[in-house]
Amino acid sequence: MSLTELTIADAAAGLRKRAFSAVELVRAHTDAIGALNPRLNAYITPTSDAALEAAAHADAALARDEAKPLTGIPLGIKDLFCTTGVRTTAASNILKNFVPPYESTVTANLLRDGAVFVGKTNLDEFAMGSANITSAFGPVENPWKRKGEADTVLVPGGSSGGSAAAVAAGLAMGATGTDTGGSIRQPAAYCGIVGLKPTYGRCSRFGTIAYASSLDQAGPMARSVRDCAIMLQSMAGFDPRDSTSVDRDVPDYSAAIGRSLKGLKVGIPREYRAEGLSAEIGAAWQQGIEWLRAAGCEIVDVSLPHTKYGLATYYIVAPAECSSNLARYDGLRFGERVEGQTLDAMYEATRRAGFGPEVRRRIMMGTYVLSAGYYDAYYLKAQKVRTLIRRDFTECFQQVDVLLTPTAPTPAFAQGEQSDDPVQMYLNDIFTVPASMAGMPAMSVPVGLGDTGLPLGLQLIGRPFDEETLLAAGSALESAAGFTHRPAIRAEGAK
Amino acid sequence: MSLDPATVRRIARLARIGIDESDLQSLQGELNGILGWVEQLNEVDVEGGSPMVGTGHAALRTREDVVTDGNCREAVLSNAPDAVGPFYTVPKVVE
Repeated sequence: MSLTELTIADAAAGLRKRAFSAVELVRAHTDAIGALNPRLNAYITPTSDAALEAAAHADAALARDEAKPLTGIPLGIKDLFCTTGVRTTAASNILKNFVPPYESTVTANLLRDGAVFVGKTNLDEFAMGSANITSAFGPVENPWKRKGEADTVLVPGGSSGGSAAAVAAGLAMGATGTDTGGSIRQPAAYCGIVGLKPTYGRCSRFGTIAYASSLDQAGPMARSVRDCAIMLQSMAGFDPRDSTSVDRDVPDYSAAIGRSLKGLKVGIPREYRAEGLSAEIGAAWQQGIEWLRAAGCEIVDVSLPHTKYGLATYYIVAPAECSSNLARYDGLRFGERVEGQTLDAMYEATRRAGFGPEVRRRIMMGTYVLSAGYYDAYYLKAQKVRTLIRRDFTECFQQVDVLLTPTAPTPAFAQGEQSDDPVQMYLNDIFTVPASMAGMPAMSVPVGLGDTGLPLGLQLIGRPFDEETLLAAGSALESAAGFTHRPAIRAEGAK
Repeated sequence: MSLDPATVRRIARLARIGIDESDLQSLQGELNGILGWVEQLNEVDVEGGSPMVGTGHAALRTREDVVTDGNCREAVLSNAPDAVGPFYTVPKVVE
């Protein structure tokens, strides 16, 4: 099997058996990036030379029998994580030359465990988007194709679209993502990979460029549930530098893979049978229910009555927090500057030139809902609705152990296929946003191909800090589905 | 609630984002579209409810009031668009 098709678990075993070296493994991926990235645009900044150097160190560590869990494993890093000495752009012009002098906690944890970073992956600008079309560095192409439509360019989902495309196409064995309203799970579903958004507070946000701080959470994206468990093991953990990081032991996530599901209660929320759910995704959901039933789960119909208000609540809370967080881009201390005669003229010119249309729109929306006279009507109201959304989940989890829903209402769509209406674009996140609003962990697992040959994902939502149940149920879905389909564009056979 | 052009200009000013006349019309339409859509929250009865502040998973921590970071002036200044010596520069703010 080609080195770019291996799972992280198999590659780690192969390195220890000396079946191949870390340099060979990493070179297979950097070569693939060289061959396919000009087309897919999954990476903003490939770091091939540094990766090969790190791989040589990994081989030395392996030779000394000092291998760590991720020694020699090539990973992509979403370009929202600060990496010391490596340009970190957030896919924005305002940070196009920003070189962090420090390392994010999540990437520092991965480096501690031996990971090799092959590059910084593309994303929607400041993680604001659901199709990876708002990047200042150009859109990402989904490596999957509709049956018989080799020339139609599909979106990879967003905002972690570069990470999802890279992992799907074999340009990385796994990648980091961040999820604010679905930005790990929705692109994972569109690209046929596994993506896990941990409980809010599980992974440190230190050094991750902020979008909406009460929602942002880092998580793993990989080609198997076990690989996500391996990555999360390294990424998770308490960090005193993030005041919302939770001081709680990190369990052995891999131990949850394959755990018996006998008697596990799985909730099926009726509100997710929403209008606009495509027939093929409805069928995949039903199939998932049957697979979990066959694995010994008890299926329970449940209700999350405020589901339909999740998105509208999100599009008040997230822009409000973004308007505050992005106030720091003032052209003074870091980032690009456009000169002006006065301080205000400089701010306005800098931010007009530095931010793209979607970011400007969200900053303005957030500014408005926080402004005098409107705060109570919009922001305070949304935060109260958010309390009700969280209560729905809390009450549900008194009856059931985990929820099963679709990840997205449709498979990947084509670039330009969705209208220019921002609200239409927001609807892609209708199933992922509620868990984000409540801070619950959730995971997308690919379960099959739809009518047009595109991957479909199902979402599992768990209790706070019960990522293990997600991994256990996710691995059951994975085994039952036997999803071995690969995208049309991939590293294997590219050369 | 519908935003008029003057309000859109005021929001842009508050957000320190420069806009020109050609932006104004499309921004007004887009922002009104989003605001009209979030009006659906008016259906929700939140009477007596409290706003969600944090997810309740973490309690705020305290620590000794001591310096834990610093002495990294060069790193702090390394990304400044226009630094002079140990200073950031700004346009003249006093006439």
